[in-house]
Amino acid sequence: MTVVTEAAALTSGVRARRPSAARLAVVALIGGAIVVPFVVTGYHVLQLTQIAIYAIAILGLNLVTGYSGQISLGNGAFFALGSYTAALLITRLGVPYWLTPPIAAVVCYGFGYAFGRSATRLEGIYLALATFGLAVSTPSILKFELLERWTGGSQGVVLAKPSSPIAALDVDQWLYLFTLVVAIIVFVAAWNVIRGRTGRALAALRDHSIAASTMGIDTVSYKSIAFGVCAMVTGIAGALQATVTGYVSPDSFQVFLSIQLLVGGVVGGIASIFGSLFGAAFIELVPDYAKALSDDAPAALYGILLIICMMGMPGGIAGLAYQTRMWLARRRVHRASS
Amino acid sequence: MTMQAFLHQVMAGLASGAIYAAVALALVMIFKATHQVNFAQGELAVFSTYVALSLIQRGLPYGAALAISLVVSFLAGVAIERVIMRPFKNAPEVTSVIVFIGLLVSINGLAGWKFTSSIQQFPSPFPDRAWYSSTYLSAHEAGTICVTLCVLGLVFAFFRFTRLGLAMRAAAENPRSSRLVGIRVGWMLALGWGLAAALGAVAGAMAAPSLGLEPNMMASVLLYAFAAALLGGIDNPWGAPIGGFLVGVFINLAGAYAVGEQLKLPLALAVIVGVLLFKPSGLFGRTIVVRV
Repeated sequence: MTVVTEAAALTSGVRARRPSAARLAVVALIGGAIVVPFVVTGYHVLQLTQIAIYAIAILGLNLVTGYSGQISLGNGAFFALGSYTAALLITRLGVPYWLTPPIAAVVCYGFGYAFGRSATRLEGIYLALATFGLAVSTPSILKFELLERWTGGSQGVVLAKPSSPIAALDVDQWLYLFTLVVAIIVFVAAWNVIRGRTGRALAALRDHSIAASTMGIDTVSYKSIAFGVCAMVTGIAGALQATVTGYVSPDSFQVFLSIQLLVGGVVGGIASIFGSLFGAAFIELVPDYAKALSDDAPAALYGILLIICMMGMPGGIAGLAYQTRMWLARRRVHRASS
Repeated sequence: MTMQAFLHQVMAGLASGAIYAAVALALVMIFKATHQVNFAQGELAVFSTYVALSLIQRGLPYGAALAISLVVSFLAGVAIERVIMRPFKNAPEVTSVIVFIGLLVSINGLAGWKFTSSIQQFPSPFPDRAWYSSTYLSAHEAGTICVTLCVLGLVFAFFRFTRLGLAMRAAAENPRSSRLVGIRVGWMLALGWGLAAALGAVAGAMAAPSLGLEPNMMASVLLYAFAAALLGGIDNPWGAPIGGFLVGVFINLAGAYAVGEQLKLPLALAVIVGVLLFKPSGLFGRTIVVRV
């Protein structure tokens, strides 16, 4: 597991050494994120919302692949489950939209835990195969005739867009701030899980599962919990997506969605909480430019980038940032001593 | 359910099973040698089929176009192994899976970019009405089964009766000893990739007339081929084709009589998960015991 381990080592050192600077950066980031919808307009607010949603989803992937070392190519399925749960809660049961992320979280945790529990016997490529199968077959399951009464078949479900409770904000700005608050809660929670007992257990499992189990870590339940948490976080992102787009349909959850999330995770840094932010910004912004060449250019670019990242920068953008800082620090030390 | 309709479904299942069998064998060939699963196998096949189509559109006869596309995919397979996969020979599984997904997406994107992403007609080499067509099998289906069986026979003969085939088997089975007796293990691996790519190209050309050629044509075929390879035992080259035909018939019958057309893909997923959970070595695979 050298790549993820390396990436984890690259990024976990950042805050251990200089907590105050990092804390300052986080505060600045959050402050900037709150101010920015009042500065930019219309389409850009939507883009920012989308970045926040992708960031949550990629965080889910980071938790399972980066921190616990289990390959998941099927996160689009969890995303879809979150989206449909939210859509059905709103249209069938009249649940207010702001309650859907926590409910979707519970539903997705259950599904992810069950999937993880049955998949713990699968390791490495076999897990990749099973989750890839899940991603490929998600649209067919959503289109299935017997579920059509609820899922709307290939038509999907249309939701009414919520209105903003604060007169000074338009609906896009309001939904952005709502998404941002959810994102902050999820990130803080993930941060605590990773830095705590569970995170250490997961890292031990990832780096040497046999050694971890001899030290008394219950591998089966921790692996299942990792899958559950991953599905939960990704499902929250899905629920937000349903509210923000006001529309869910099977075609939004093709296998390409899972691959997009994987690209975001790898490019941002697969074992880095903050890498998810870079990754999310990347998959939201870059395809727009690549589409100028051809509709299929983003896919080609994604693929080539995945390979390049694995060859040259396994820590992604977050790892690269850390390495640059270390290099600067070394140079400073070197200059001071000479 | 009439007997005739039932037989028709079985035969149609065999015809699609032939394609899964070829792709599954290609997967197994790479798995045997590298213990990696080639997620890009389907996309490589699609790309070769596009190459064949563009040659046909330039006026080449079908046979020549197919032959050139086979050579091109063989060379492409060799090149991909030497240039892209070689650096990841000893990489952890997470890394190699990500690289394969990268390969899958980039080839898929390039296919849509260079050719079009809308569905195109691809000709069948078999005439509409031929002596071997019947009420149960169209000429194309019968031809597909026949071509696949011939190709599988050729591949097995190659591995069984030629020195090169023997060397390739040795390199996959025991790289270190093979190196000691003078086999160039690295090149054997690259040749294996080339053969797998060419095999996939045959499957692509056989699948395209009925599925319609578009960049995502092989996505579902790949999933069925995964199921087939796992069912047959992923490290057993004999198991792969058997698994392919079994999966083809089973999924087709289930689609027609039990679960409906829409649940065929999820059913393949169920086969994959079921085999992995209850009989990870498949029907004909070797059970591997891992020691610390």
